[in-house]
Amino acid sequence: MSRLRYKLAAVLLAATCLAAPASAETIAITGGRVVIGDGSEPIDNGTVVIRDGRVVAAGANVAIPAGATTIDANGKWVTPGIVAGFSRIGLVEVEAVDPSNDTQANSSPFSAAIDVAPAINSQSSSIAVSRAAGVTRAIVSPATGHSIFAGQGAVIDLGGDMQPITRSRVFQFIELGEDGAGEAGGSRASAHVLLRNALREARDLRLPITGRNLPRPGPGAPPPGEARDDPYLLPGTSRSDDVLLTRFDAAALVPVLQGRQLLLVHVERASDILQVLALKREFPALRIGIVGATEGWRVADQIAAAHVPVIANALVDLPGSFEQLAATQSNVGRMRAAGITVAIGMLGDNEGHQVRLSTQYAGNLVALTRIPGATGLSWGQAFAAISSLPAEAVGMGDEIGSLRAGRRADVVVWDGDPLELSTGVDAVWIDGVRQSLENRQTRLRDRYRQPQEGALPHAYDPR
Amino acid sequence: MGRRLTAAGIAAAVLLLGCANQSAPESASAPAATSGTRPARYVPPDDPYPSTYRPYGGVPTAITGATIYDGEGGRIENGTVVMVDGRITAVGGADTPIPDGATRIDGRGRWVTPGVIDVHSHLGDYPSPGVQAHSDGNEATGPVRSEVWAEHSVWPQDPGFSRALANGGITTLQVLPGSANLFGGRGVTLRNVPGRTVQSMRFPGAPRGLKMACGENPKRVYGSRNQMPQTRMGNIALMRQTWQRAVEYRERRARDPNTARDFQLDTLVEVLEGRMLVHNHCYRADEMALMLDMGREFGFRISAFHHAVEAYKVADLLRESGTCAAMWSDWWGFKMEAYDAVNENIPLVHNANACAIVHSDDANGIQRLNQEAAKALADGRRMGINIPDEVAWRWLAINPAHALGIEDQTGSLRVGKRADVVMWNGNPFSVYTRPQQVWIDGALLYDMSNPRLRPVSDFELGQPGEGDVK
Repeated sequence: MSRLRYKLAAVLLAATCLAAPASAETIAITGGRVVIGDGSEPIDNGTVVIRDGRVVAAGANVAIPAGATTIDANGKWVTPGIVAGFSRIGLVEVEAVDPSNDTQANSSPFSAAIDVAPAINSQSSSIAVSRAAGVTRAIVSPATGHSIFAGQGAVIDLGGDMQPITRSRVFQFIELGEDGAGEAGGSRASAHVLLRNALREARDLRLPITGRNLPRPGPGAPPPGEARDDPYLLPGTSRSDDVLLTRFDAAALVPVLQGRQLLLVHVERASDILQVLALKREFPALRIGIVGATEGWRVADQIAAAHVPVIANALVDLPGSFEQLAATQSNVGRMRAAGITVAIGMLGDNEGHQVRLSTQYAGNLVALTRIPGATGLSWGQAFAAISSLPAEAVGMGDEIGSLRAGRRADVVVWDGDPLELSTGVDAVWIDGVRQSLENRQTRLRDRYRQPQEGALPHAYDPR
Repeated sequence: MGRRLTAAGIAAAVLLLGCANQSAPESASAPAATSGTRPARYVPPDDPYPSTYRPYGGVPTAITGATIYDGEGGRIENGTVVMVDGRITAVGGADTPIPDGATRIDGRGRWVTPGVIDVHSHLGDYPSPGVQAHSDGNEATGPVRSEVWAEHSVWPQDPGFSRALANGGITTLQVLPGSANLFGGRGVTLRNVPGRTVQSMRFPGAPRGLKMACGENPKRVYGSRNQMPQTRMGNIALMRQTWQRAVEYRERRARDPNTARDFQLDTLVEVLEGRMLVHNHCYRADEMALMLDMGREFGFRISAFHHAVEAYKVADLLRESGTCAAMWSDWWGFKMEAYDAVNENIPLVHNANACAIVHSDDANGIQRLNQEAAKALADGRRMGINIPDEVAWRWLAINPAHALGIEDQTGSLRVGKRADVVMWNGNPFSVYTRPQQVWIDGALLYDMSNPRLRPVSDFELGQPGEGDVK
């Protein structure tokens, strides 16, 4: 019992939003091919100005403020940093080494209440490796263990400092397809009942008599991650015995029920997607996003009409399961053509280590535009699918994911087209702070430039 | 229930035998026993389950005006490739003679390469959909399972074969057993053509491979059951004991041909006699060095280390032993033995004059081996290893062909070789490029612009997305 209380305290503490350090220096990156990240095509000979950790201006004909440090990007590309659309980065060092892997908690007494924020390790090697490939932010989700509820995900930065959390408790992640069926005891029908029961248990939570008013749902409400104390967790309230969720789990679903916290639902099959859309009719306040959606193209019009954003794997084209029979690489392009906000994510695809593949995946979607019968993305759309669109999918498009004025100054200078395989990263800023591009991999590379040992073993290299 | 199944099985077998009598395959060599006479001693065929692959036929074809990477490191601008009767009959510049009546394909702005070869695939033995009923890659019932053959698990209807063809330009692949076991069984080299049977896909004359595995997987699978091996030293000890058994079995059979057949050891004897190639799953540098010593101890050669994440640390040893390293470009961190990956592994191995191969081990990765090579090539250049594009194409062509023992058949655009050819719609090291047309033995089996040349497996028929551009 004392262990439980300790865990509660730790999670509450971690919900505190930490401010990122910003550089007060004004920097102007000039002469490069500038990509805003909002879906527009690149701008030649553009300028990007950042100050106090924010973007001041980006584009053509941008004045360089007096006293700015100028960085010549002639012949380079300048873009917002890549936003990993669905990841588990920072939660795992080595996947198969359980003690280093915090992506899921099979034996936890909790589910929806789990918050990934305290588990994020800003010093994990995958953060440094991904940063060196131009990834600056990531949407980080827990994975489900014994319940359809995985818990609450965060948006993080990939900076080298010790404060990775951009915003915690951004969304609740749940499974409602094959995985959800398994976690719900064996069927999708059971998963849907569990979800409805959980939302009703959240609704039925009684505030203590001394409790304050509920925060109002809507855009003006404070983000759930910033709530220091949850009135539903104060002592002195009673619940019916007829409940499945712990109080803490039920309380975690209150912001979901009220639409103050995004509900990210993983489904793949067309029919499952329609069932998720139907939830909005039953619980009108829900804010829903869909993750996966391999068969999304088959019901794209319905998704678009429901204004539900999608975070999809880019290149799934195999019927890897019976919920992915209609898989095609054209899925993202077809959904976008239907008017859906579609971002690229890495669900079930080395999402703890390989978010750096986002650029390659986006480039492949451009390649589809040259295949008869396929539907791809324009270059600008493809880049947006790994920058502004993932940010918008989780309601943070005004904060990260593009070089529009006022956004956090996450900027990458590349030595060529960032979606091209041969391109490397020259420089990265996160919140306006220049980042190191060194990591274990670059150190190992340098040590073994020549495999043969010299006068002393490699353990003494490099000197 | 068990008895009823058995009875049904016998009935089925009888039925099948009846059918077989009506159309015996050409290569069947079992002599029929006639009633009333003493049956002759049964002599098993040298190559049971033989290949029934046949080239699908094509018209004489000439691609002109293309940039050609020949797969051995050569490059021709404005080049011509001619295919006749399933073979490469000419490769050269714009002045290359083109036979009368040949179909001409304008290759301007296009690249032509030999078909991509993947030395490490599990297509067919871990097919899509990846349900338990399809999990046929690991006979994880004992750490020594050299008696099993991957081809007996291959489901020809795996939709993954068609994706590898259309998106990856894969014309040849080796399907291997998994890595749960120290000796996982025999691998099989396939032509990437759709077929009803695995025999109709088998690459005629290609030697089989023996899959071995070092490291974490065998010791985890059996150690967790409190069986040997539980440690890396257990891995090595059980491998050595098994090789010793094979050496003794071979001697015993040489002395006495009536020695009872042991299929497990037969496989290892084929390796010892140089008729089968060892493909060794081995991530760590120190373990590769141990395996090379083991080869010297028992007299076998390791053709390639697969998943050789740390090959860059022992690239000099690989060069000296003539063992290839089959690698990913950037997979890492999923397990402890993949922790020391570097993006420059492939170019570092190449730069040490060892044999570098890009492999997939993955139904998605096999669709983009050209892209994996491109990333590694670029990372190498950034550290000062300047390998020309056409030389890097060796990683996808002649080097894997060499590791599979089929370099006299395919793996480069040489006159007389099989016409396994990909025409790409741009630079194949660009992310914006895909195969435009793919020929296998001169037969056009994929054409980006022709929906009828897009294979659809039985599994996909009548399902959502049937025949879609995948």
